[in-house]
Amino acid sequence: MLNEVKSRSAGKLESKVPTGKLEEKWTNHKFKLKLVNPANKRKYNIIVIGTGLAGASAAASLAELGYNVKAFCFQDSARRAHSIAAQGGINAAKNYQNDGDSVFRLFYDTIKGGDYRSREANVYRLAELSVNIIDQCVAQGVPFAREYGGLLDNRSFGGAQVSRTFYARGQTGQQLLLGAYSALMRQVGLRKVEMFPRHEMLDVVVVDGKARGIIARNMITGEIESHSGDAVLLCTGGYGNAYFLSTNAKGSNVTAAWRAYKKGAFFANPCFTQIHPTCIPVTGHYQSKLTLMSESLRNDGRVWVPKKPDDKRKPDQIPEDERDYFLERKYPSFGNLVPRDVASRNAKEQVDSGKGVGERMNAVYLDFADAINRLGADNIKEKYGNLFDMYKRITDEDPYKVPMRIYPAVHYTMGGLWVDYNLMTTIPGLYALGECNFSDHGANRLGASALMQGLADGYFVIPYTLSGYLADLKRDKVDENHPAFKEAANAVNDSVKNLLSINGKKTVDELHRELGQVMWDNVGMARNEKGLKEAISKIKEIREDFWKNVKVLGENEELNQSLEKAGRVADFLELGELIARDALHRNESCGGHFREEYQTEENEAKRDDENFAYAAAWEFNGDNAEPEMHKEELVFENVQLTQRSYK
Amino acid sequence: MNLHLKVWRQKNKESKGKFVEYEAKEISPDTSFLEMLDVVNEELIKKGEEPIAFDHDCREGICGSCGMYINGRAHGPQTGAATCQLHMRSFKDGDSIVIEPWRAKAFPVIKDLVVDRSAFDRIMAAGGFISVNTGGAPDANAIPIPKVEQESAFDAAACIGCGACVAACKNASAILFVSAKVAHLARLPQGKPEREKRVMAMVAQMEDEGFGSCTNTEACSAECPKEIPMDVIATLRREYLVAGLKSSK
Repeated sequence: MLNEVKSRSAGKLESKVPTGKLEEKWTNHKFKLKLVNPANKRKYNIIVIGTGLAGASAAASLAELGYNVKAFCFQDSARRAHSIAAQGGINAAKNYQNDGDSVFRLFYDTIKGGDYRSREANVYRLAELSVNIIDQCVAQGVPFAREYGGLLDNRSFGGAQVSRTFYARGQTGQQLLLGAYSALMRQVGLRKVEMFPRHEMLDVVVVDGKARGIIARNMITGEIESHSGDAVLLCTGGYGNAYFLSTNAKGSNVTAAWRAYKKGAFFANPCFTQIHPTCIPVTGHYQSKLTLMSESLRNDGRVWVPKKPDDKRKPDQIPEDERDYFLERKYPSFGNLVPRDVASRNAKEQVDSGKGVGERMNAVYLDFADAINRLGADNIKEKYGNLFDMYKRITDEDPYKVPMRIYPAVHYTMGGLWVDYNLMTTIPGLYALGECNFSDHGANRLGASALMQGLADGYFVIPYTLSGYLADLKRDKVDENHPAFKEAANAVNDSVKNLLSINGKKTVDELHRELGQVMWDNVGMARNEKGLKEAISKIKEIREDFWKNVKVLGENEELNQSLEKAGRVADFLELGELIARDALHRNESCGGHFREEYQTEENEAKRDDENFAYAAAWEFNGDNAEPEMHKEELVFENVQLTQRSYK
Repeated sequence: MNLHLKVWRQKNKESKGKFVEYEAKEISPDTSFLEMLDVVNEELIKKGEEPIAFDHDCREGICGSCGMYINGRAHGPQTGAATCQLHMRSFKDGDSIVIEPWRAKAFPVIKDLVVDRSAFDRIMAAGGFISVNTGGAPDANAIPIPKVEQESAFDAAACIGCGACVAACKNASAILFVSAKVAHLARLPQGKPEREKRVMAMVAQMEDEGFGSCTNTEACSAECPKEIPMDVIATLRREYLVAGLKSSK
C-alpha cells in the first residue's frame, strides 16, 4: 500500500497548555474557549469512532449539546466495546473515606505512577474532573458498591495509599459502559446520534489540512462508505493486540489510529506498553487471548513463590518459612500494592530464576488463604466472587482452596496519538480520546485510571474544547463528493482487493502469532539494544512475508472476518516496528519501558531525566522512509522528579 | 480429544442454510470452545474452504458478542457462562457437537452463526436509560441507597445483552432482557421519575420487533449466562401494570 503524506504539520509540537497556576488552568481555559451558539450547534456534524467509555460518553454529551453525531463501532452493538471488560474500578478524588485524598494527591500519584513522563496540566485536569464522573455515573443509575449506611464504598488500588477506587463488583467497566451506552442510546432515540454498528473506519479524509471525514467499510455488505463531518473523534482504544496474546478483546485494533498516523497525525511514545501483573498464564499453543484477574485482588491476595528453585511441591505442602513473599519483602510500605510495572517485573524475575510455579513453571502464586482466614470466605466471595468463578472456569482450579497462579500479560498501552491540551492531534479537526491518545499516563498507568480518563475526555473535556475549534472553522461546504473522499475510498478499495488477491499459504492468525512472539520476546517486559534491533529486522521480514504469503478467502461483498483481521494485522505489522524503534531510541528505563542496560543496583528502572524527559512523537514519512521523531519537552513545575520508590 | 461437529453454515441472510460436518482433532481439554473453533477454522482456510463465521470479542464472558446454540442449549452445557467461557473439558472424547446460531424471527441470521441483534439496541433507545444530561448531577453521595436495593438493582444490571434468553425461549420472547433493564432502573431512586414512561416504551418496542410472548417457562433465566433471576420479570409486570393504571386515569 503506497501512502504519501498530504499534510505535513509545521514546526514543533504545540501543547497549548494554558499559562497560570496548575489548579486554575482548566477553569481559565474553559472560559477562554470560544462557544458555539446553541442554535448553530445543529449545523455541525461530528464523527465519533469507537463507542467505548470515551466514544460513547463523547457522542452522547455532544448530541445533548445539539451537535449532529455519527457514531461508528466495529462490534454489532455499541454496548460491546472493550471498556466493558474492565473489572476493578475507577479512581476519583472524592475523599469520602477521610483518608487524606485530594485532587492534588490523585494528580501526584498519577504523575509519579507514570514515572514522570506525562503532561502535568493534563493529569491535573483529569484528577479535577474525576469527582464529576462519579456524580454523573450515579445519576445515570450505575450501581456502584455501597456500604450499609447507603453511601458509596471504596477500595484501594496499586500505587496509592488511600482508598479512592469506586467499584461495581468486579464489573466496573461493564456498568460504566452501560451507563454511557444508555446515554448514547437515548440520543439515538432522539435522532441526534446516528449509529453505525459493524462498520470499521479505514481512513481519515483530510481536506486543506483539516480532518473532514472518514472512509468506513460496512462489514456486512462490504460497501466502502464515505462520511463527511466537521470534526472526527478517534476513541478507538489501545494497540495491545500487536502482541497477539493480550487481555484485549480479539477485535481491538490500531487501524483507525494507524491510518490517521499515515495521514499526518503524530504517534507518541508507542513503546509505553503496560504489562499487567495478574493474568492467568498461558496454557497452550492454541491460546487465543489472556484473561486478566483484576488488580483489586492484590488488596487481599498475597504474592509468593517457593524460596528454592524447581520446587515441585504443591503449595499447601510448602511451609511458611520456605515461601518468599517477594513484594512484601522488597517493598514493605506498598507491599502487594506496588504499581503494575514493578509487580510485573518482579514476577518475571522470580520465574526467570526458576522459581515459577504450576506445571509449566510460568507463574507466581496469588494466595487468599490469609484473607479467607481473617475475613471469612463469604466476605471474599462478595468482593471477588465473579473473578474467582472466572478463574475456576478457565483453569479448573478452585482459588478458595488453592492459590491462584498468575503471570504478567500485555494489557494497556499508554502511548497513542499525540494530542495537545484540547485533545486535538497534529491534524486539525482530528481528536483522540481515551486510551487512543498518549497524554495522561506517562510510562505506566495506575490501576482504575483508564476508566477515569476515558470518561473525563468524553463527558467533560471534549464538549468544551471542540467548540473552541468549531467556532473558528470556516463554514466551507465539504461533502462526500469532494475528490479527497473519492481518492481515499479508491485507495481503501485497492488495498482490500490486494489482500483478497494474494492467496498465499499462511493464515492471518499464523502471521499475527509470529509478530506477537517477536514483540513479546524482544519488546516485552525487558528490552535491550540487541533484541530491539533484531525485532526491527524480524518484523520487516514478517511484514514482507505477509504481503506475499497471506491467505484471505472469500469476497469483500459479504461478512468476511478473515479480511477484517488481515487489514488490522497489516497495520500491527507496521506499528510493531515503530514500537521497537521508539523503545530503541529511549535510552533509559521508565515505567513499563524497561531497558536492561539502564537499571539501578537494585534492578529498578533508572530514568534519565536530563536526556529523556520528553514525549517522543513520531511523524510518518512514507512507507519506505524512516519516521521522524519530534520532542515535546515535559515541564514539571509542581512536582519534583525523584527516583520512584515504593519501598 | 477428537470431536465431531455439525455446524450451521449459511452464506447470507437470503440464502438457505444447512448443517455441514467437520472433525476437530487433537483438541486439548483446556482449550476454550471458541479456540476449538479457531483451530477448525485455521484448517479450513489452509484447505481453501471458508472459515465458520461467529461473533466473539472479549472472550471473557462480559461483552455479550458470542452466542451459539450448542447441542440444543444456549451457550452450551455449562450454566452461568457464555460460550467463550465454555471449555472443552465439558465434553468427552468422541462427542458429537451440534452448533447453531440463535433462532428467532427478531434475530435474522447474517452469516453462519452470526445473527443481527440490533432489535435489542432499538429497545434500549426507546427507553432503557435515565434522562440526565452530562453535567449538573448532584454529589454522588447526596442520595443514600440501601445496600440491598443497590445489590438487587445490580443483579438485574448484570445483563450482557447476548440474546441467549430469546434463543432459549420457545416463543423467542425478549422479556428477560427488557425486564432486566426495567428492573435495574426501577429499583434505584434515580430511575423512579421516568419509570412509567420507560416500561411502556420498552415493551411497545419489544412487541414491534417481533419477539414472542412470555408464557412463564423460565427457560430464559435458566439459560442466562449471567443468571438474571426471574424476579425481574415480576418487577416488569408490576411496573407495567402500575403504568397502565396511571395512564388510564
